Amino acid sequence: MNQYETVFILTPVLSDQQMKEAVDKYQAYLTENGAEIINVENWGLKKLAYNIEKKSTGFYAMIEYKADPQLIAKYELQMRRDERVLRYLTVKNEKYAAQYAEKRRNLKKEA
Amino acid sequence: MAAQTSQEVRFLTPQTVDVKKKKYCRFKKSGIKYIDYKDSEFLKKFLNEQGKILPRRITGNSLKYQRRVAQAVKRARHLALLPFVTDMFK
Repeated sequence: MNQYETVFILTPVLSDQQMKEAVDKYQAYLTENGAEIINVENWGLKKLAYNIEKKSTGFYAMIEYKADPQLIAKYELQMRRDERVLRYLTVKNEKYAAQYAEKRRNLKKEA
Repeated sequence: MAAQTSQEVRFLTPQTVDVKKKKYCRFKKSGIKYIDYKDSEFLKKFLNEQGKILPRRITGNSLKYQRRVAQAVKRARHLALLPFVTDMFK
């Protein structure tokens, strides 16, 4: 069970309710397949540095979780098929990255 | 003619040789171990005005951390946190 962190961007066209539902869908997909979710962050609507699919803003969301390596391919396939997701990036958190993520979470909790 | 060329060229102002600032790797010094691709403010220090990655001789980073900075910048660009090319975005 490695620790991963996925950041994905949802198209701004959705309503708040749809965005929340999309994030929950990916969260539920993980928990169903035996992944353990550590932290979920919604950065909200942010301006993109360059246009993606003719859109200049996007809804950023991040999920940190522990999962089996095989699950990642299926998870990303889900995102690739979903047209609401503009872009996604999954990163494996190694030793220092995990420590950094943990420190960042505590920082956020205090703030 | 030879006399003229051998004559020492004099300048109006004294030639200033800029004192060489000792470059150091900021990651080794401050003990940062992981460069986060998500916080773009920090990564902007390593980009020039056009958004290009600064070379090591300018940033003074060691090879190991310069590569991690480059990887983090490329990931941030993929997630549209940082632009690929822009003008005067600082």
